[in-house]
Amino acid sequence: MPDSSTAAAVHGEAHAETHNPALLHHFATEEQQRDASNLGMWIFLATEVMFFGGLFCAYLIYRLKYFGDFAAASTSIDAALGGTNTAVLICSSLTVVIAIWAAQRSRRALMIAMLVLTMLFGLTFLGIKGVEYRDKFVEHHVPGSSFSFEHEEIPGHPGEYANPQHAQIFFALYFIMTGLHALHMVVGLGIFTWLLWMAWKGRFTPDYHTPLEIGGLYWHFVDIIWIYLFPLLYLIDRHR
Amino acid sequence: MPTADNSQGERPNYLNKEYGVGSWLLTTDHKRIALLYLISITFFFFIGGFFALLIRLELLTPAGDLVQADTYNKLFTQHGQVMVFFFLIPSIPAVLGNFLVPMMVGAKDLAFPRVNLLSWYLYIIGGIMMLHCLLTGGVDTGWTFYTPFSTAFSNTKVIEAGLAIFVAGFSSILTGLNFIVTIHRMRAPGMTWSRLPLFIWAHYATSIIQILGTPVIAITLVLVLAERALHLGIFDPKLGGDPLLFQHLFWFYSHPAVYIMILPSMGVVTEIIACFSRKRIFGYSFVALSSIAIAVFGFLVWAHHMFVAGISVYAALVFSILSYAVAVPSAVKVFNWTATLYKGSIHYDAPMLYAFGFLGLFTMGGLTGLFLAALGVNVHVHDTYFVIAHFHYIMVGGAVMGYLGGMHFWWPKISGKLYPEGWARLAALIVFIGFNLTFFPQFILGYVGMPRRYYQYPPEYQVLNVLSTAGATILGVGYLLPMIYFLWSMRYGKPAPANPWNAAGLEWQTPSPPPTFNFDEEPVVTWEAYNYDELDAPRKEEVPVAR
Repeated sequence: MPDSSTAAAVHGEAHAETHNPALLHHFATEEQQRDASNLGMWIFLATEVMFFGGLFCAYLIYRLKYFGDFAAASTSIDAALGGTNTAVLICSSLTVVIAIWAAQRSRRALMIAMLVLTMLFGLTFLGIKGVEYRDKFVEHHVPGSSFSFEHEEIPGHPGEYANPQHAQIFFALYFIMTGLHALHMVVGLGIFTWLLWMAWKGRFTPDYHTPLEIGGLYWHFVDIIWIYLFPLLYLIDRHR
Repeated sequence: MPTADNSQGERPNYLNKEYGVGSWLLTTDHKRIALLYLISITFFFFIGGFFALLIRLELLTPAGDLVQADTYNKLFTQHGQVMVFFFLIPSIPAVLGNFLVPMMVGAKDLAFPRVNLLSWYLYIIGGIMMLHCLLTGGVDTGWTFYTPFSTAFSNTKVIEAGLAIFVAGFSSILTGLNFIVTIHRMRAPGMTWSRLPLFIWAHYATSIIQILGTPVIAITLVLVLAERALHLGIFDPKLGGDPLLFQHLFWFYSHPAVYIMILPSMGVVTEIIACFSRKRIFGYSFVALSSIAIAVFGFLVWAHHMFVAGISVYAALVFSILSYAVAVPSAVKVFNWTATLYKGSIHYDAPMLYAFGFLGLFTMGGLTGLFLAALGVNVHVHDTYFVIAHFHYIMVGGAVMGYLGGMHFWWPKISGKLYPEGWARLAALIVFIGFNLTFFPQFILGYVGMPRRYYQYPPEYQVLNVLSTAGATILGVGYLLPMIYFLWSMRYGKPAPANPWNAAGLEWQTPSPPPTFNFDEEPVVTWEAYNYDELDAPRKEEVPVAR
């Protein structure tokens, strides 16, 4: 926040009591600023819900229409890797919460450790995701001209084969949904690099750690998207 | 009470605080960003208008003689895309809303000033991408991007146009987000929800649509572009996809988008009507909540664009009824405005002329919308000029009239100068006449069967088409006039007092143009909005306000 100190100086008279350089000039109190930032992030997350919502809607319609083909395609992706990634992300949400808890109690070393751990979990997730994408590439399950999904049985229907075109729609949705989710993870890692830098500089205090809170909100949201993506994409018809 | 004269000209304000390109391009002042938006959307308005001009010239004669069929397809596509995404959506919110929302709630700025600047840059990046698309060949899908034509058959720049609109969409989302947080968290002491100007309620409702609707068009465009680039089959029936899914997703945003255009305009008109009737608005809470109701109902009517596209009759029935339901809050507003006028002390200044124009044209646009919501009539006039006329009555007759009315009403506040009232009244009249002459014949054309999107037509339609083209010329003059005298007034106009209209509202209680942080001291609100009884009561003995 490079301009905050000058802005605060301009309005020195108005906020003679406050010395927090993080308080921007157009807010009256720190509480107002924190509330505004939090509300802003919640509203942003509402737009994100609608953004992914369009994809979930498309997924739902084609899954109803082509259930067998979707089940067959879903069985070809690695649920063990997906399950591991789910666990990794849940752990990363826990470390974010502990980081905020540490900030509230001025435990800087713990906060930094937890932020680093969060980012390591995030990188692990992306690494495993990369392995999964590689597998799909090797198996010619990436939609496009080299796509192939011949003679794949529909689970529970021996002798019936999935329609490759319909399976391609599944994989198209799989790549777009997990791809956009991964993109959000990359953005999240960028945000957490910045948070880590702020934490390292000792900018977070028990009174002021709003960036940590709203960054954490974003991270949790990206986790929640995955919590929905995992069963929808990986576990369509695994119970047989 | 207001009207301190500040004609010294040397008083520091947001315009003269700093000079230089950097002080504008890196500003986080909501008022300066509003002006950046004003310049950019005016630019795109004239680009969109240029396409409209070529369309009307081609339709002057029954034969397709001015442009080729392919060119004509690009003209109506780009007219629509530029006007909708680069002019109408940002028009009132990004210019007047940006300028006024913080001032009306008594704040120093929007909640996130840097996000506000970012939104302008996103708009500009999207705009440059759109211009690049136009200059390198353009796009011919219709502004609706219908699949599978857009994904499999069109050989024009669909991806470029889609990306441009994708980027510009985020600018709209960020503006809406900023408004909602500002209205919730930045209100001055005493500015309760029931004391907010109705302009604010209208922008609150608009922002809800912007943040919940726009992401859906964004993801829809992502799917269209992925489908076009990779032939995934999501919207291609040949590959098992469903083009209807595209239409559902597209209209889920693009119908509410009409309310992004019209709701802010309703907010502007509410302010103008109260001020120039010198009365408190009739039924404040009904007008406020009808904005929210329009935003909510607006999300539930999208499939009325698809009655002939092959949706089930039961779905069509439900969407038809829900579309009728939107008429209720819209009518609540029209009746409340009329009741406000009743026994009011009406002044016919230029902003009020635009507000009257809005009332009549919006009512016509709304009523013909009911024709279109009726299943049987819809089948008859589907894809004809009746539809074109209907939505231009809403989006031009409604939204643009409100925008121009608002620009006149707040121009003294924005520029610190008075515009020439006589010219302004003349321009308002020209716009109203030109508009009706352009679009009323199109109702008839559509009803007797002229389809939209054709560059030639049977000779029996020519008389009405000539009328329409003549009207468009008059309308064009009406739009050029304000631009000329606004620019003229910036240099030669008389300095504006703080409150030239003796209007209610916090924005009038600070000098014109306002200081950088809007108010010299933080306002404390102890009165309701539209307290015109109190404003006028002590004025009786004093000299009348200069108009």
